[in-house]
Formats: sequence, C-alpha cells, structure tokens
Amino acid sequence: MSKKEKRVMKLVIAFALAFGIVPSAYGMHIMEGYLPVGYCIAWGAVCVPFLAAGFFSIRKRLQENRKTITILAMSGAFIFVISSLKIPSVTGSCSHMTGTGLGALLFGPSAVGILGMIVLIFQAILLAHGGLTTLGANTFSMAIAGPFVSFGIYKLLKMLKVNKLVSIFLAAMIGDLFTYCVTAIQLALAYPSETGGVFASTVKFLGVFAPTQLPLAIIEGILTTVIIITLQTYALPELKAVGFSKEVQ
Amino acid sequence: MTSKNKKIVATLLILAFLIAAVPLFALKGAEFGGSDDAGSQMISEIQGTEYEPWFTPIMETFIDGEIPGEVESLLFCIQTGIGVGVLAFFMGRFVERKKWQDKAKGEIVR
Repeated sequence: MSKKEKRVMKLVIAFALAFGIVPSAYGMHIMEGYLPVGYCIAWGAVCVPFLAAGFFSIRKRLQENRKTITILAMSGAFIFVISSLKIPSVTGSCSHMTGTGLGALLFGPSAVGILGMIVLIFQAILLAHGGLTTLGANTFSMAIAGPFVSFGIYKLLKMLKVNKLVSIFLAAMIGDLFTYCVTAIQLALAYPSETGGVFASTVKFLGVFAPTQLPLAIIEGILTTVIIITLQTYALPELKAVGFSKEVQ
Repeated sequence: MTSKNKKIVATLLILAFLIAAVPLFALKGAEFGGSDDAGSQMISEIQGTEYEPWFTPIMETFIDGEIPGEVESLLFCIQTGIGVGVLAFFMGRFVERKKWQDKAKGEIVR
C-alpha cells in the first residue's frame, strides 16, 4: 500500500470507529426500512474501511497484471448469477445463495466487498430486494463477513493439508452459512426479545434462516468447486496471476 | 479437462440439481415464500405488534405501489442474464485459447 493509501485507510477506520461504536448495534438481506436509522448508519460506517481496503487491493492487482481483470469480472458475474437464483429449500420457503466465496478465494476477501456491494445496490434499487437503508448491514453480512470467513477457512484447511477441492467446498459453504448467521445477529441486536434479550432473538432469527439456508449453502459449495475446477483447466495463467494456483498441472 | 475432473464435475452438478429439486417435489403444496419475508414476520412476532417499515423501496415509491410479479421476475432474469453473459463470454475465450495453445504446442513437438 502506498503512503497515500495508508493515510486514507487510517481516516476511514477512524470514521468507522466514530460512527460504528455509538449505537450498541441491529440483520440476509434485511428488508428496506426494517432497521432503525442508528443501526443503518452504524453498519454502513463499519463497512467503509473494508470497502476502501477492497478498492485498493483491486487497484493494486490490476496495476500488477491487467490479465486479472477477467477473473475479477467472472467473480462478480458469479455473484450476480448466484444471488439472483431463488431456490426452494427443505423448509418450504425459498432463499438464495451469496456467491461471494468464489471471489474471496480467488481475489481475497476485501475485494469481494466491492463486488458484493454492486450486486446489493442493483437489487436494492431495481428489485426492492434488500434496501438502500439496510445496504450497510447487508453489505457487512454478505460481502464482508461471509467472504472473510470463507477465506480464513480456506487458508486454515490449506495449512492442514486438506484436499484442495474439499477445502474450496467447505470454505464456500461455511461462508454462505455465516452470512445468514450475521444477518440473524444483526436483526437480533435491533430487535432483542423482551424476555430473553439479544440472545433469545438471535436463536429465533437463526431458526428462520438456518434450516432454509443449509441445503443452499451446500449447493453454493458445489458450484464454487465446479467453477474453480473449470477455471483451473482453462484459465491457469489467470489463476497464477491472482496467486491462487501455483502448481502447474 | 482430465476424465477424473469431468466425473467430479458431473457428479457435483447432478447433486446440486437434486438438492434444489427434491424439496419442490417432496413438499407438495408448500408456499415457497422468501425467507427474507419470514424474517420480517419474526420481527413482528418478537415485538408483538405489526412492524411498520420506515422507508419504502425506491422503485415502489416511483411507481406508487409494489413491483408487479412479472416485472420483478423480468428484473431478476436481467440480473441472471448479465452474470451468465459475462461468465460465458470469458469461459468461451478461455476454452478456445486452450484449444489453440494445445494445438500450437503439438506442432512444435512435431
């Protein structure tokens, strides 16, 4: 990171702390108008440093190697496709996947923040899905928390020398599930239950999201694995350029 | 693509399809509403009163009402279409490039 970039990062982190800590904090796509104003601002502020870091990381990657733009575009496109597909689940209700795991593994978790937010803005404005007021909270759960967990799990499994395809599958799946856990917590913070407080609320919201999301998380893991197998076959030079693949097959 | 990878990919895709399709047939007559809506019902349940959103989606404000179901599915299709377009375009280029590279390599060897 250059000096100027560092200065910007310090500034935005300070901004996030200033606005993010004030309210004690309220969660998958949270619907428009369903979060109190304080929480909307707080979650938005928390996202800013991550988004700034994402912007810098994308710019650095592209400056180093223009080739990586194809992988970036494909990661973004994958989120577009995956998050537009509403899939029936075992609980008798529908939900959709996040698709952010792929980008997190290929490009790093902070870069996905930008890609995910673009998708969320598209859905909030045109589809009345999610919302502009809840954009901050949704960006945090889908485009920041999920990808960071995916990335962390992938690195961990790699260290433990777990089979590569299995690690990709687990990373994408758990990242997807975690997104919904964060959403449940975000909602619970905003709407603590009168008898049991935040914790009881979290359990209630998780009860709504988790059973529906589990099969979808498995599908997301599968699709992410398939895409990466395909990319490894046909786009090895690009995967090397983003630092994902080292070994030559 | 090696034949081992081909098998893995085929198995995985069939598995993904089954996970998505089975609930539809297994749970006959289920509504399959969105889980986002289920979330807002839960808010009302916890609060004990019907929750009134303080901000309506921007499109609904513009057209003064909810987006018609057909139009909404159109917009979702556009989103899918953009994504698939980009993916297919680059994937097509990669596949062709590999074919061409493999061929060039083969000629050098000869």
